[in-house]
Amino acid sequence: MESEYKLLSGAMVTLALATATLVMLPYMQLSDVQAPAELKPYTDQQLRGREVYISMGCVYCHSQQPRSQSQAPDFQRGWGRASVAGDYYYDHPHLLGTMRTGPDLLNIGARQPSVDWNLGHLYEPRAYTPGSTMPAFPFMFSLKDKAEEGDVVVKLPPSHQPEGKVVVAKPEALDLVQYLISLNRTYPIDPGVDLPELPQAPAQAASEGAAQ
Amino acid sequence: MNTVTVLLLSFILSVTGLGIFIWSLRRNMFDDNPEAASVIFSTGEIGRVEDPSATSEQRAGLQRVVAEGGKAVIDPSLADKLRQELRDRIDADQSTAYVSFVFLACAIVWLVFASAFGLVSSIKLHNPEFLTQYAWLTFGRTRTLHLNMVAYGWCPMAAFGIAIWMLPRLLKTHLYGGRFALLGCMLWNAGLIAGLGSIAVGINDGLEWLEIPWQVSILLVAGGALIALPLVFTLANRKVDHLYVSIWYMGAALFWFPVLYLVGKLPAVHYGVEQAAMNWWFGHNVLGLYYTPIALASVYYFLPKIIGRPIQSYNLSLIGFWALAFFYGQVGGHHLVGGPVPHWLITLSIVQSMMMIIPVLAFSVNQHLTMRGHFKTTYYSPTLRFIVLGAMMYTLSSVEGSFEALRSISTVTHFTHFTVAHAHIGLYAFFSIVMFGAIYFVMPRIMNWEWPHPRLISVHFWLVTLGIGVYAVSLSIGGWLQGLDMLDAAKPFMESVLVTIPYLQARTLGGTLMTLGHLVFAVHFTQMALRYGRHRIGPALLHQRKNQPELQAAAGA
Repeated sequence: MESEYKLLSGAMVTLALATATLVMLPYMQLSDVQAPAELKPYTDQQLRGREVYISMGCVYCHSQQPRSQSQAPDFQRGWGRASVAGDYYYDHPHLLGTMRTGPDLLNIGARQPSVDWNLGHLYEPRAYTPGSTMPAFPFMFSLKDKAEEGDVVVKLPPSHQPEGKVVVAKPEALDLVQYLISLNRTYPIDPGVDLPELPQAPAQAASEGAAQ
Repeated sequence: MNTVTVLLLSFILSVTGLGIFIWSLRRNMFDDNPEAASVIFSTGEIGRVEDPSATSEQRAGLQRVVAEGGKAVIDPSLADKLRQELRDRIDADQSTAYVSFVFLACAIVWLVFASAFGLVSSIKLHNPEFLTQYAWLTFGRTRTLHLNMVAYGWCPMAAFGIAIWMLPRLLKTHLYGGRFALLGCMLWNAGLIAGLGSIAVGINDGLEWLEIPWQVSILLVAGGALIALPLVFTLANRKVDHLYVSIWYMGAALFWFPVLYLVGKLPAVHYGVEQAAMNWWFGHNVLGLYYTPIALASVYYFLPKIIGRPIQSYNLSLIGFWALAFFYGQVGGHHLVGGPVPHWLITLSIVQSMMMIIPVLAFSVNQHLTMRGHFKTTYYSPTLRFIVLGAMMYTLSSVEGSFEALRSISTVTHFTHFTVAHAHIGLYAFFSIVMFGAIYFVMPRIMNWEWPHPRLISVHFWLVTLGIGVYAVSLSIGGWLQGLDMLDAAKPFMESVLVTIPYLQARTLGGTLMTLGHLVFAVHFTQMALRYGRHRIGPALLHQRKNQPELQAAAGA
């Protein structure tokens, strides 16, 4: 090869082709996706909790995308039906995840709607699930001698209750739990209508871009 | 337009484009050893070994093996011309010495920090009560700090350092615009430190591989663009007709990365599931279109250079490069097999993942044929040992990756530690080990100094080889078992967690060995940087001390 122009233009064409297929086409195809009627936008507190979820890196162990029953027993585990694009209508950024060191959480709100359970589980996961490898988040709680007015006291199993102290949830723990129990995509969907057909234009644009 | 049409269209476009490019660039299709493959050698230099990291005994052994291989044809009449060209090369090396050193020194610092955070994260996975008192030490953050230190610290710093060092040698000129690269390096590291700080305190963009807040990322984009400038300037001042294979890979990679990162970090554009598709388009391309090409460029340069023998087939390397360029960009969707993204996208990515076998085989066959009859050289050449192992691991990780994309295998391995093992075979056993080898070659030329303790190179090699071996084997098995348990509806989810524990402990052991190896490397690098030790060597082949194994061996050949 003798021409750097051929090299660099060729390199850019291949990248354009990849970007057209993996970024632009999905962008155009999915832009028409509507939110299912039963899916509610997140409240402010739930959004704050979502930020805690992101900042603590929950996504590195928990996916939010149950697979179809033909592929995996996710439904039998109680993780919910296979998700569709519309389920993520209000999700910025997406938190689909790629690991299941812990279980899928897209429907944790339907599975574990109890605030007490979720708070206690964040404080000490092994109090509820022996053998769990989830990190404890003690820094989201404060230990007090006595609960003050307005404090949310975490109800722990007696075996894990600190001696002579009460465990009080800090606001970030309360927000996070509100986000977790909002995760509920158990409403029925019609898989046929979720994805609009590919429009004509973008595919042509992609092929033209690549042909240059 | 239905999905089958889109798939076929994209696939046919890729294959046609590949064919057109290779046809238009072919030259002497059936020539065994075209001029283009010999660009990296000076006149009359083919047949002479070069490995600055070797001791004089090792170098003599290396030359002996090459001479016995019968491939060493040294023409004494060209000695004068060679001498002149080597003098020019010393100028080229001197022009990059400072710039490359800065990048490599940064790379070593990030390597040590990244290892520490990797090790902490590894321990946390089987010992969840370890360091839980502070938010910045929770698993979700230490793991992310580890990934970002590797992905934006160690890897790019090493890659830039080696790429900038190779540029003038490949273009037979000296480095132009080195100051831009230095400025870029400062911006990049400033951005990285700010980004890591943000992650540690809990401010991040929430996308895997793209966590650094976009406001901070501007520094990285600007820095990356500045670092690519010397490539443009040096290319414009080149004194060779043929662009060697390594230049294709480096040139393309240095242009691909800023585009990838820019599209990935565009604020307020991506949404929902489309963002997931983009996320993995980026995540896989940063590996495939940035780290991989730079490491391949290093293999294409150092391997033939050390054994003094041009790469076997120029045309195979052409196929390898363009096939990688056309297929690799579209494989990212295989990270979402079974996910809520359009099915055509996943199918396309699976097809292109399998097509990746073509460039991988083209590369592997080419390197194997070049090394054929010379494998004994790895005994003598420290650099070659790393490079050859790394190149083999490229084949392994790529073929594994292609099959992992298949629906049947992905159903088991997706969401498990198997993919983590796979990622480390790619980015560590391939990329990082090639970079270690390259740094061992480059540093003596940068510092005009021999490595103070050749034995430490061996210690480093065996620690990291053993470490990544334990790591990859144990975690692959553990991840596979985890996947099987997760697919078995009769087993509670906890079984898939508990089954991995011994393998995660073994991974910590492997990680510890790797970290020890890095500490040895870092200490040795520091001693080198301080010109510790007594042995001072002259640059390149020209030194006039009584130990002149290359020239003596060459004269005797």
